[in-house]
Amino acid sequence: MSLRQKVLVLYLKNSALDSPVSAWAVYDGTGERLRMAGDEDRPPYATGLDALKDGWRLFQASQLLPHARGEELDLSYLKYEFFFEQLVETGP
Amino acid sequence: MTTEPILLTSAQMASFVARGFLRFDAAVPADINAQFMAEAGQAPEPVEGGKFAAVYGATLAQAHIPEVPAGTPLADAYPPGSAIARMLDLPRVKGALKSLLGDAPVFDHHFLHVTFPPRFHEAAAHENVSQHTHQDSTIDPREQAFDVQVMYYPHEVTRPMGGTRFVPGTHLRKVSEVALGRYQNIAGQQHMVCEAGTLLFLHHGVWHGGGVNLSDDTRYMFKIRMHASGRQTRQWDLSDLPQRNAQRPIFFLKGAPERGTVETILTTPEPWFEQDTSRLEYVNRIKLWRYLAEDPTYDADYWLTRLEHA
Repeated sequence: MSLRQKVLVLYLKNSALDSPVSAWAVYDGTGERLRMAGDEDRPPYATGLDALKDGWRLFQASQLLPHARGEELDLSYLKYEFFFEQLVETGP
Repeated sequence: MTTEPILLTSAQMASFVARGFLRFDAAVPADINAQFMAEAGQAPEPVEGGKFAAVYGATLAQAHIPEVPAGTPLADAYPPGSAIARMLDLPRVKGALKSLLGDAPVFDHHFLHVTFPPRFHEAAAHENVSQHTHQDSTIDPREQAFDVQVMYYPHEVTRPMGGTRFVPGTHLRKVSEVALGRYQNIAGQQHMVCEAGTLLFLHHGVWHGGGVNLSDDTRYMFKIRMHASGRQTRQWDLSDLPQRNAQRPIFFLKGAPERGTVETILTTPEPWFEQDTSRLEYVNRIKLWRYLAEDPTYDADYWLTRLEHA
């Protein structure tokens, strides 16, 4: 058996893992299902905590960074990014 | 039939400022749509083992749509009587462009977006996937001025055909093109499933991407990007714009705020808004409204005044 990684990325409404999901992505290293932009209009979980309860392992969370002086009102990328994984056994 | 431009209302302008788009369903008459489809021509059927890029290139090459240099006055970009010239001359289109860009917009670029059905991809062993979400066309540091992209859907678009995907309210974020491609799905994203002749006017900053086509039919969308040549401000129908907004009670309310006012429109969140940055989105919308209304002290619900008083 060999292991493959499934990656779930959740963007939450604040830095708390139990806050609601506002954006998401799934990358499936098993090749079972090809995921792509725009393929799902409802999030797979209501919160990040719900993903933990379903067996996803958190391995990275975005940092909380101070706002540069003069740029406090500027917005760019989504702020609260959480990476999860599942390791899946595949065939020989 | 009137040929005078139909200018946008203040509520439509506020909605564009807040959400970055205006959609007009079936706004282009059937005869112009049919003319456009004839001018665009048919994509050649795929050949087993052929190259996908070659099919796309051949499709563009045979289209009776001119190559146009960037910087051309929009009024000179298309031959009189062509489908695009006729579309741009529709009162609603002229009015929307006048309202958003002022007089004499300038052509930036255009493109015939063709999204092929699965058989084209299978023949070329090419993966059939949607386009990553992105912002056109590079990181744009301008504070307030904006370009407009008109997306024209000359035939009906069904959900299996994909349609353009876009995320309302993303236009004021400063990002670098497809750097955001990691975001596969965003709450509130919309797919342009529409009748023939539908037009979508986009602020250049709106995050968007082409949806995958899983139908049997080729999908066409024609996009034109344009920018202002002069004054871009106070160009819409100002007759319904209040002379001066009065601040209204906020937070402690005994009922829903009045619907349809500029203030309500500018402070309505999108489903994807983060809890803290939603307030910064309001701030940035108010700044854009100040610019467009030439009213440097305008505010909605005290969001900027709170940051500005000594």
